[in-house]
Amino acid sequence: MKQTCVMDTVAMDRALTRMAHEIVERSEDLGKIALVGIQGGGVRLAQRLAAKLQEITGKAVPCGMLDITMHRDDLSLRKKPPVARQTNIQFDVTGRHIIFVDDVLYTGRSTRAAMSEITDFGRPARIQLAVLVDRGHRELPIRADYVGKNIPTSKEQKVRVLAEEVIVE
Amino acid sequence: MNWTRKDLIAIEDLRPEEIVHVLDTALTFEEVGQRDVKKVPALRGKTMVNLFIEPSTRTRTSFELAAHRLSADVVNIMATASSITKGETLKDTALNLQALHADIIVIRHSSAGAAKFLADRLDVSVINAGDGAHEHPTQALLDAFTIRQKKGRIAGLNVTILGDILYSRVARSNIHLLTKLGANVTLAGPSTLVPRVFEQLGCRVCYNVEEAIADADVINLLRIQHERQRQTMFPSIGEYATIFGLTKERFARTKPDALIMHPGPINRGVEIDSDLADCKRSVILQQVSHGLAVRMAVLYLCASVQPVEEAA
Repeated sequence: MKQTCVMDTVAMDRALTRMAHEIVERSEDLGKIALVGIQGGGVRLAQRLAAKLQEITGKAVPCGMLDITMHRDDLSLRKKPPVARQTNIQFDVTGRHIIFVDDVLYTGRSTRAAMSEITDFGRPARIQLAVLVDRGHRELPIRADYVGKNIPTSKEQKVRVLAEEVIVE
Repeated sequence: MNWTRKDLIAIEDLRPEEIVHVLDTALTFEEVGQRDVKKVPALRGKTMVNLFIEPSTRTRTSFELAAHRLSADVVNIMATASSITKGETLKDTALNLQALHADIIVIRHSSAGAAKFLADRLDVSVINAGDGAHEHPTQALLDAFTIRQKKGRIAGLNVTILGDILYSRVARSNIHLLTKLGANVTLAGPSTLVPRVFEQLGCRVCYNVEEAIADADVINLLRIQHERQRQTMFPSIGEYATIFGLTKERFARTKPDALIMHPGPINRGVEIDSDLADCKRSVILQQVSHGLAVRMAVLYLCASVQPVEEAA
């Protein structure tokens, strides 16, 4: 399939900076915010977003990672078990303003799994969603609160966020 | 790594990367045990049957709890309370369980090969929870998980297994696993219980306990399996404790960071000094906790493999 770069390193960094500012702007209590990166593409983005929030506010923002494998709704439909990755939440979730961070928002099923899983750690006061790319095709009533870029796609296309921080469609 | 096995019968069957994959997966389940809600929906709607034709408390409870934490339903069948006492064969018992739409059968049996026998005949996942003196794969996996957590690696470590090797399925599974992952395995105990033939599996056989544990990083103690011995293999329990037991004096002369492991149940004052069993370097109870995470990993992996559909 033909590959097109839809977001380069500079654009991606700008998008993350803007998202960090939006988070600050819309937050009533910055001290309550905690970022949770969704494995695998969301983890690195959550860390970058946390660094930017610290730059802006001067305060460290707790940042964790969540593996949603065990909460997927398609486990019984698969032929082989998906590989589980690390979950690491070192802060008390109860009462927090949790912001999930993921690379691509597509069907919304990962977000649903993440919402169900995070409540096993406690009861967040609020959950929001930040994604680098929203490519549409939702299958659940879920929307992102912070979006790096909206990229209308067909279902046949693939969106990949690469480690070198260039997005290819 | 693609996991493709619906059954776990023996460590001998596994490739090193498969062993590592189970241990890595167990790490994610270890984390689940530390949450407020220690449960995930991964096996929701699946049914696991604990088919224990030989008594067990630890392993059965561990599998049962592991299944509960994966949201599976559990049925326990004990030999004494089942139709096996009415003359039903193992195969018929298992076929009946399959007809009830069980998804996983965890079997413990006094005959070597019982788990393989079922796995070859059933579509459901079969997990070996100990078959005679053959293998006890999940015990070896949890032992390896514990060693990895404490020592950070397995390759290159000196592991001494001390005690009844001949009748021990734990020893066999451990030997296969540890040698596959590159550890140096020493076996020690009375010569009647540690035959030289084990050298063919790539182990060192040693009849002097002090020598066997001198440079050990891990000392894995095994219980004398009185129930499996057809004849007395050594003069007396007292003599065994004196010559082969892990005493304070013997342990004092080992490496300062050597770990004590034991699959349980322990016989205090026989294979291990009672105080040593409770000391800081004893990880016996941590092994039990790790067993839960490892069994969750095994159940998750095996039960998530769909049987290959035959071409019409």
